[in-house]
Amino acid sequence: MKTVTLAGAALLLSTLAASAWEPTKSVEIIVPFGPGGASDQMARTIQAIIQKHGLSKESFIVVNKPAATGGEAMMDIKKSLRDPHKLITTSSTIYMTPLATKLPVSWQDFTPVAMVAQDEFALWVNNESPYKTLPDLAAAAKTASPPLKIGGGGSKREDELITFGVFSELNTPISYIPYKSGGEASTQLAGNHIAAETNNPSEDVANWRAGLTRPLCVLSPQRMSYKTKITADMSWNDVPTCGEQGLKFNYNMLRGLFMPGNVTPEQQAYYVDLMKKVVETPEWKEYLERNALLPDFRSGQAYVDFLTADEAKHKDLMAKAGFLSTN
Amino acid sequence: MENISLLLEGFQVALTWHNIAFMFLGVLLGIVVGVLPGLGGPNGVAILLPLTFSMEPTSAIILLTSIYWGALFGGAITAVLFNIPGEPWSVATTFDGYPMAQQGRAGEALTAAFTASFVGAIAGVVLITFLAPLVAKFALRFGPAEFFAVFFLTFCSFIGMGKENKAKIVVSLSLGFLLAGVGIDTISGDMRMTFGVGELMNGFDFLVVVIGMFGVSEILLTLEEGLEFKGKKARIDPIVVLRTWMQMPLYFMTFVRSCLAGIWLGISPGGAVAASFMGYGLAKRFSRRGKKFGSGEIEGVIAPETAAHAAGTSALLPMLALGIPGSATAAVLLGGLMIWGLQPGPLLFVEQKDFVWGLIASMYLGNMVGLFVVLATVPLFASIMRIPFALIAPVILMVCAIGAFTVANSSFDIWLMLIFGAVGYAFKKLDYPLAPMVLALVLGDRAEDAFRQALIGSAGDLSVFMDNGLVATLMIISFALLLWSPISELIGRLLRRPAVAAE
Repeated sequence: MKTVTLAGAALLLSTLAASAWEPTKSVEIIVPFGPGGASDQMARTIQAIIQKHGLSKESFIVVNKPAATGGEAMMDIKKSLRDPHKLITTSSTIYMTPLATKLPVSWQDFTPVAMVAQDEFALWVNNESPYKTLPDLAAAAKTASPPLKIGGGGSKREDELITFGVFSELNTPISYIPYKSGGEASTQLAGNHIAAETNNPSEDVANWRAGLTRPLCVLSPQRMSYKTKITADMSWNDVPTCGEQGLKFNYNMLRGLFMPGNVTPEQQAYYVDLMKKVVETPEWKEYLERNALLPDFRSGQAYVDFLTADEAKHKDLMAKAGFLSTN
Repeated sequence: MENISLLLEGFQVALTWHNIAFMFLGVLLGIVVGVLPGLGGPNGVAILLPLTFSMEPTSAIILLTSIYWGALFGGAITAVLFNIPGEPWSVATTFDGYPMAQQGRAGEALTAAFTASFVGAIAGVVLITFLAPLVAKFALRFGPAEFFAVFFLTFCSFIGMGKENKAKIVVSLSLGFLLAGVGIDTISGDMRMTFGVGELMNGFDFLVVVIGMFGVSEILLTLEEGLEFKGKKARIDPIVVLRTWMQMPLYFMTFVRSCLAGIWLGISPGGAVAASFMGYGLAKRFSRRGKKFGSGEIEGVIAPETAAHAAGTSALLPMLALGIPGSATAAVLLGGLMIWGLQPGPLLFVEQKDFVWGLIASMYLGNMVGLFVVLATVPLFASIMRIPFALIAPVILMVCAIGAFTVANSSFDIWLMLIFGAVGYAFKKLDYPLAPMVLALVLGDRAEDAFRQALIGSAGDLSVFMDNGLVATLMIISFALLLWSPISELIGRLLRRPAVAAE
């Protein structure tokens, strides 16, 4: 916790004085997932923006470290104390992996840089299914035998956590079917092999536009802001929130960056400042809209507060769902 | 034929001087990347992705797919020369390719492998050209039960058609399943068999195991036989390509069988690895020279390479049409598409016609360029065999270690590679086949996931595997193949018995 408060205080100072530190060699952006996924795309978009706008004299390199579901990448950052040439991208796995596996690492070992966006989740059904609203699906789930099949990417990860959150509140039994990725879940829904699934907008938008699947409701507290039509008559903004259909549970997932612990405040300030410039570019806004991400830039204490609250929420939900590591 | 006119327009997009230059560049880079095991297609494409951001999407994807083709071709080079499969689907290529190289016929083996890859790839592209929309719809019919049936079919045909001792195949297969189970389980999200070792959480990477079991164990075996300071007597023969081509028409049926098997496994989601093994198995079963497979038969190189590339290419179709990557490299390409603002999915064919048909045209052209480039390098690669083993062995070992490390940037994998080198050595000494273990390692956890997903959905009812025509047919064929040899033996005996009685 000490590094975090120190860093927060330092940030205040450094915004007053112009950041004096600059990288002296190429910077690694470590992605704790394999190439091609959402985290990887974000890192490569940031890399492309920095390159295109000449935001740094040194080059930025994306390194994928998918080993141990990101655990190895996190351990690597933990061990790289004082190394100002390393960044790591994160999503909610930054709390979920340690909680689920007892890996001795926490985001508090790192220096927070910034949250650059939040990812949305929606509940999706096949376009030809009879369910028009969440209560329709809940009613069908109450009587279905064998229980309705709800798909998602991965087991005991955010998709299953959301499924647990939704259907434990609705108090209906379901069978959660874990697939390797959100994309696979989307295809399985398009082929009518499952009744519904949870997915990020970007993982399902292709099938939605093709008339194969459709969003039932979005799990964010507010509707998405994007008003460009995605299908003939619907935009992201037209998708109701699950809250509007009576659900209390909501979920968003952070997308942010960290660096190793014990770096100097000037070094931290440099990257905060760099990310501020990145999120101002038209390419970044395009990236956000394309993936229907929630624009939400936070740094300094605001980022730390968010992380603290979000981790507590995950711990509580994972405990209820029985996903915490027991050994 | 609307597709043909669209394809011709595609050729116009792809056939500009700078695009052709990109193809050559991409193929060359791809070969380099493919020759280094572990660096492999996905990493190669990922490393070069940023270079393409400032290019227009069509040129960029042409460059990247050319790297992909180059890497596919390159994977066969190390498989033939050093018994190290550069890509998962090159494993079956080593069975006959490596013995050929040892007999001084490396040039012939490489030519056969490259030509076969080309034929397979073109068969796949032709399919994409004409059947794209139909195939995309067919792929949607695959739920967990159907997925499992396809994998089951592959395993059964392996046991049923294998000529080795059946018990040893099953033992090897089972060990592969065991290894595939290590790491995080997709279905429960729990750790299995990691014994608290963090490095094991992601399981055994296929490439690390294969580099050890094939590459390192081969070096151990050669060392045991005594260090020969003489190089293999490989003749450098500039017309080896033409001579090998003269033989090709003899293997027409092998090409046809492998193309069909490859296309089938490419569009049903069995993938290139299963296809390469099935292509090899089919050729072994139906070829007149099947008994000699494994001792350096050119047909044994042609069959798996054709099938793997037919599958690998037709697997790009689900990627474009459904947005589902068929392989790690395809996943990176997919990420690239999205960064350029293209949304892979059913509408890509409707909304981005220029791009899609430019890409398809570049598949034809990229493979032609690839074939040209690799064939030109055959004498060069074949001459590597002339370097004395004592000199080249440390280099191979180093390349292996680098390859194992690059898979996940983890030094633990180098130790794993060495351990699997010892395991592979023991397998070969005890005369256990390595291939079934490799197959089970690659497909084992996917088969298991599909099996359990199907059963979760049906609440444990096994009848889900007989639920519809598609899955039932696949299961019945599987059992027929599994029991093929006992049944055919039984029929043989029944037919013979009346004859005996009559005497």
